[in-house]
Amino acid sequence: MPAIEILGLQKTYHVGFWRKQPKLALRPLHFVVEEGEIFGFLGPNGAGKTTTLKLLMGLVFPTAGSARILGREINDPRMKAQIGFLPEQPYFYDYLTARELLEYYGALSGLEPRNRSQKIDQMLRRVGLADAAGVQLRKFSKGMLQRVGIAQAILHDPKVLFFDEPMSGLDPIGRREVRDLMEELKHEGKTVFFSTHILSDAEALCDRVAIIHQGELRGVGAVADLTSSVEGKVELVWQGNSAPAALTALGAECHITGNTVRAVVLEGKQDAAIDALRRERLRIISVTPVRTSLEEYFVRKLQPSQAAAGVRP
Amino acid sequence: MSGTIGFIAWNTFREAVRDRVLYNLIAFALLMSGAAILVGQISIGIERLVVVNLGLTAISLFGVLIAIFIGIGLVSKEIEKRTLYTVLSRPVQRWEFIVGKFLGLAGTLVVNTSFMALGVFAALLYISRHFEAADGWVLVALYFIVLQFLILTALTLLFSAFSTPIESAVMAFSLFVVGSFAEDLRGFAAMAQGSVHRLATVAAYLVPNFSALNVISSVAHGQPVAVQLILANTVYALLYAGAAVCGAVLVFEHRNLK
Repeated sequence: MPAIEILGLQKTYHVGFWRKQPKLALRPLHFVVEEGEIFGFLGPNGAGKTTTLKLLMGLVFPTAGSARILGREINDPRMKAQIGFLPEQPYFYDYLTARELLEYYGALSGLEPRNRSQKIDQMLRRVGLADAAGVQLRKFSKGMLQRVGIAQAILHDPKVLFFDEPMSGLDPIGRREVRDLMEELKHEGKTVFFSTHILSDAEALCDRVAIIHQGELRGVGAVADLTSSVEGKVELVWQGNSAPAALTALGAECHITGNTVRAVVLEGKQDAAIDALRRERLRIISVTPVRTSLEEYFVRKLQPSQAAAGVRP
Repeated sequence: MSGTIGFIAWNTFREAVRDRVLYNLIAFALLMSGAAILVGQISIGIERLVVVNLGLTAISLFGVLIAIFIGIGLVSKEIEKRTLYTVLSRPVQRWEFIVGKFLGLAGTLVVNTSFMALGVFAALLYISRHFEAADGWVLVALYFIVLQFLILTALTLLFSAFSTPIESAVMAFSLFVVGSFAEDLRGFAAMAQGSVHRLATVAAYLVPNFSALNVISSVAHGQPVAVQLILANTVYALLYAGAAVCGAVLVFEHRNLK
């Protein structure tokens, strides 16, 4: 049984005060997320990621289509006991402590009172907030709120987790911790569905990804499959005021600034480009990957010329 | 009452009582009771009248402010801060959320009123050195004030289910003012003719009848309150508040939480 089945979910909002105009937020969306997967839902800001998550959580109602989570309809309370949700940039009740907040959510999720306290202790330790358990949430930093948000989402041991931009606003260490946690959840057999616009996170974590833009699904599949036809790029920087002809022949885009030259070449031509610079005895300053394969694929899928082609689920 | 409603009500109550603005209002109400004592001392012979009048009016006014001030944010704040998203993504029905919020705020107002009432009774004890039998009717007046709060809280919740906090506050406060003159509106409707009569009659019976729930003046004069009025007001307030909460649930059940 798939963890998530999205069957033509569609959402149109009506905007305006007097003359309400329809605004298509999500075109019919079809895809399936299998159990035990980490699934990345990628797209730029305003692409329709949060709308999709809100539809799955029953916070907004679909204009057409339906979805099932663990085989149950999205408005089924029995299904909701088995999912966890972290909204984007979560913000909780100011005057509750972290422990009180988790007690509240634990109670709403149906956690037995005798197990609740022990579970909360474990969870606070797991997200690194054991020392701040008694502190009111209004005194928490953004990163700490994100940790509490993750704790409330996984407290009741749900089978499927939905994270909306879980790395947003976190420092590099925080992002690393969230990535590790998501991998731990996968090893525990959970399904993780998360939206992001940070492609390196998706590339490092996801079994499969879907790309959405302007409310339309542009691609879905395993990262390796999607990027098999796409090559990343590297940037070479060296001292000098001209580009060797060999480099131009490799298709490099060169930019000269003062005594420095920058050239971007395809990953596969990186060695040949370096060899060309060495032959000319030029001093190489740096070689940096500027775009991974997934980024390149993502950018291509977002180009208007590609929009009409669409991608089938 | 389901456990879910109880948890939401308790959380609402806890959030409200920890909000410092609420303490300021209570402190202000207590100050008003203190002022009542002062005014009572310079009102020779009518100290009790002044203390009861001023004290209960202060409780009513500040309770109304608290009901509106917190009520308008009950739903909108939860949407704005996205706390509602994490609540409704659990096995929680939307109607349970609304009913829990209503009961939580109603509980907060009952507790606040009780504390403020202690101030009034302390003032009464201070001026008379003992309680009189007629002071019992002050409790009835306080009960009616609580019934007013229930209606107002339910209406504020209804308005906040479909409008912005400021719009909700304006609508709720306007209805409180109009409802305080409901008896006068009914008198006007009885005298009017034609379509004005019909319109005024509908309006007079549609607005909450807060004037029937205001017995401050009569209890200040030591007059008793009829048992029939207590029963009628109880049934009226429960039905009115119940209908408003049902309206809030109906609106909220179909609302997209954008």
